[in-house]
This record gives sequence, C-alpha cells and structure tokens, in this order.
Amino acid sequence: MEKRGLTCISCPLGCDLEAEVTADTVTVTGNRCEKGVVYAKAEVLNPQRVVTSNVLVEGGLSPLVSVKTSAPIPKGLIGKMIQELKNIRLHAPIRIGQVLIRDLLGTGVDVVATRAVELLPTAQSGPSPIPISHPIDVCVKL
Amino acid sequence: MREVITDTLVIGGGASGMAAAVECVERGCRTILVEREESIGGVLNQCIHNGFGLHVFKEELTGPEYAQLFKSQIHQKGVEIQPDLFVVNIDPKRREVVTMGKGGCVVYRPRALIMTTGARERPFSSLRIPGTRPAGIYTAGVAQRFVNLYNRLPGDRAFILGSGDIGLIMARRLTLEGMKVLGVAELMPHPGGLARNIAQCLDDFDIPLRLSTSVVEVRGRERLEGITLAKFDPVTLQRIPGTEERVDCDTLILSVGLLPQNELIESFVETEPVNRGVKVDSFMRTTHPWIFAAGNNVAIYDLVDFVTLDGKIAGQSAARMVRDGFLPEKRIPLARSEQIGTLIPSFCCVEGQPFTIYFRSKKTMKKARVSIGPGIFETVRLGIKPSEMVDIPFTVKHLGKLKQLGLTKIEISIKEVP
Repeated sequence: MEKRGLTCISCPLGCDLEAEVTADTVTVTGNRCEKGVVYAKAEVLNPQRVVTSNVLVEGGLSPLVSVKTSAPIPKGLIGKMIQELKNIRLHAPIRIGQVLIRDLLGTGVDVVATRAVELLPTAQSGPSPIPISHPIDVCVKL
Repeated sequence: MREVITDTLVIGGGASGMAAAVECVERGCRTILVEREESIGGVLNQCIHNGFGLHVFKEELTGPEYAQLFKSQIHQKGVEIQPDLFVVNIDPKRREVVTMGKGGCVVYRPRALIMTTGARERPFSSLRIPGTRPAGIYTAGVAQRFVNLYNRLPGDRAFILGSGDIGLIMARRLTLEGMKVLGVAELMPHPGGLARNIAQCLDDFDIPLRLSTSVVEVRGRERLEGITLAKFDPVTLQRIPGTEERVDCDTLILSVGLLPQNELIESFVETEPVNRGVKVDSFMRTTHPWIFAAGNNVAIYDLVDFVTLDGKIAGQSAARMVRDGFLPEKRIPLARSEQIGTLIPSFCCVEGQPFTIYFRSKKTMKKARVSIGPGIFETVRLGIKPSEMVDIPFTVKHLGKLKQLGLTKIEISIKEVP
C-alpha cells in the first residue's frame, strides 16, 4: 500500500487530499466534494490536465489566438501538444469555440479557440488598432 | 467642451465594471462604460489559463471566455462603451467626470458613478532591492501581456520573485513557451497563491518553490545577469546572514502583490488601511453617497467570480439610487479581530439587502469557527489559508437578528478549533 498527498486542482478551494493506493483500489480522504475523489483517482492512475496556450494567427487584429483542450489530456503529452501548436498557422477570422485541431495526438480531445480574432481591416480603413511590429513567427524574443 | 448627461457612468471595463454596467442597463438606466484601453475585458483578456467561473457559471472557463460572456451581454443590452478614454478628474461637488480621449475633452455628468478601476502591480522600484537597474525585470502581468497578447518572450532563464497567483501561472506559461524557469522565491513561510496553482503550475513542471527566501541583490549592466537570494527568518522576517546564494538569470519576474488603484477618488472618499482600497458598505457604496465601487480597487480579491458578484451589487445599488433618488443611509461598521486581514465590506446597511462578507485569515487553520456578532451567528469552516478568501453569506435572517440585538458594530472573528 502506498499513501500519496495531493492538492486537488478541481476548484480554488485546493483541498489537501490523501490517496491510499493498493493493487486494485484507490481510497481518497480530505476531499470536500466528489470532484476530489475523481481528481485523486485520475492523478494516481493517469494524471490529466486541461492545457491552455496560444496559436499564431495571420491577418488578424491580434497575432495570437488563445486556445484550450476541450477536455483534460494525459500530462505526458503536454510537451508534444505545445510543439504541435507551434507548428501551425491559422488565418483570421477565428470564432470563439471554433475547433482548431480535431483529435489532438489521437487523444480524442480537440483544441478550441477561447477568443475571437477579427480580420485585420484593409489598408484603406486606416492603420490597425494593434500594431504588429514584427514578422509573424514563433514567439519572438524581446 | 462637450457635456454628456447619463444615469450611470462606470469607470473601468474589467470584470466588475462589465458586471455593474449590465445590471444598470437591465434596470433601465442609460449606462456609459469608460475604458482606457481599446477594448473592454480588463486583465481577463490576457489570462488565457482556465479556472474562472466556477462560482458564477458553475463551469471552468479561461479568462477570454469569461470576459466574452459579459461582452456579449454588454453589446446586446446596449451599454454605451467609450474605449481609449482616460479620466483626468472627478469633481465630487459638481458631480462631474472629466475625460480625455481621441475626441478631445468630454465632461460626463452621471447621476451615479461606479468606480471599477481595479489594481496595479506593485512595481520593482517599491521593493528597494540593492544592485543595478538593468533591463529584464518585469512584473508578472506585464510578462503575461507580452507573451499572451503580443507574442513576445521576455528572455531565456527566468527567476520569479513572489508566489502570487499570476507569478505561478507565469512560471508555467514561460516554461511551456520554452524558457527555463529556475525557481520561485517567497519571503513569507507560506505561498501567496492558491494551493491548486502550486500543484499545477510548479509541481507539474518541477519548478522549485523556496519559502522564507527573497532576492537581496540584482546584477547586470544593460541586461540582467543574475540575482542573489537569501533566507529570511519565518517569524521576524529578518534576513539570515550567510545564507546568500547567487543565481544566473536574464529575467526576473515579480509577483509581489497588487495595489488597489484609487487616485481619482482617494482625496474625498475614505480608504481602508488594511485593504488599501476604498471603504464600501453592503450596497458597495463608498463614503460619498453618489459614488459606488467594486472589484480590486476595493480590496484584492482572489477570484474573479467574487469580483463579478460585488460588481453586480454595485450596479444594482447605483440603479436603485438613480430610480429612487436615495438609498437607506443607516449603516454600522464591521470590525475585524486580530487574525483577520482583508475584510469586505466596511459597513453593513441595516435597511439593505443580504450580502456576502469576504475576509482573509492571517494564519493557516485546519478547522476554524467564524463568529459574526456578537450573537448574530457562527459557522465552522475547514482548511482556512491566507491565500484564499472566505465568503460568508449575511442573510435577511441575520439582518433581522442584527436589528433585534441593536448592535452598533458587527465584529468578525476567527478562531482555530480542534
């Protein structure tokens, strides 16, 4: 039997959990709601996270669109996912909630936009309200 | 100079300003929302991580998603947004708000004013850390803005001073963007941010958290080259000699607290010395009968949900004042015991509506009894932490009890129980 102390990340309360792990059971204590049990079991057996990041956008009012995974993905895939996001370029306009990558790395989870990016107005309508002073490329160093 | 007469004027388009403006316009008030940036949403726009909205929407949203729910309502319901507009002066006697923007100087004459100006990050210069003053030192919110809105990375190797939530979130964000985050130092013996953020932002990425530790020197000519850390006594908070340690880094991120921003009104409304924000009553009304306030300019909240809820109350109260021409005046102060830090509100309106008392304990307690009174009610709460605000509903029943007891102040106290 193994005992593990965990901090529940399901809500801002952040309960201090204790998970007792045996060959075929996980017993959770310290939780203030059911979410704690679900979280602790997943954390012991297959830790998962909702991942948020940004993806580059061409021709938009903003150079980036913020994104999230539609459901938690295995923790071990976070690095690969970020790499995947770095490899893609999107074109404005983008709607909030739009699916940007379907079935990310075979997980069955999608990557969706968490904000809208409007089309950059054409030159006639005056300068863009957000100055984009660098070529759109990977995260540029200052 | 152009003059605009309106029912309510909201200054600041962040979480609490958006919530307040929606409440006002829903109650039939002409409502103008003034924002100094080009679009509303406030800091939510750059907080791309999730974890917002569990109280208000019962689901976990990212900052931009949370903001969008209010932006849609604001557009649908007809709040007039004035972006790119700075407020330069508020005249409490003439009830005038002077603004400056692309269209020149405009004077607003609202029947009720709602201040939702939020907070600013405590700057590096206020920390009095010896050494040079090189480039490469940023507050966490500025770094967050660079990375999440402008696609700029601040450097290669970062150290983070202060364990506030934005600092922890940035430790993860910078790591994911390819920077090496060497560690987070916290002067206090306990972390400043939420426990869940320690777990999912530091522990997940093996970023060390060093409690009772702070930065005592910065080095570098043009660009930051390194910092010196030292340990501090957990009780006296005095530096322990001989514990110095040099760390090489080109970026120092500061997450050392937020300061409520009230320079427009602090010369004529009362401020609360512990909260460092304006004093408000349970109507979210300041000590000036025409001015309401909500959000981080009242006190630093830890959840946007609470900011939204108090913003709504400010909007409802302002709309009621516009309609009736007055709000019940009688109010009695809330007093805190020694163990309590931040406390909202400062007064309870005896003839007012139910409200929520928010406070922060100064100590970690496994189990604590919260007493509101004397003699109004008591409640037991588990897992009290300084980083997490406690919310206690004060109901119609409690207002009745308060009147029955004839108290002249309400004492809020917290005591650890076995």
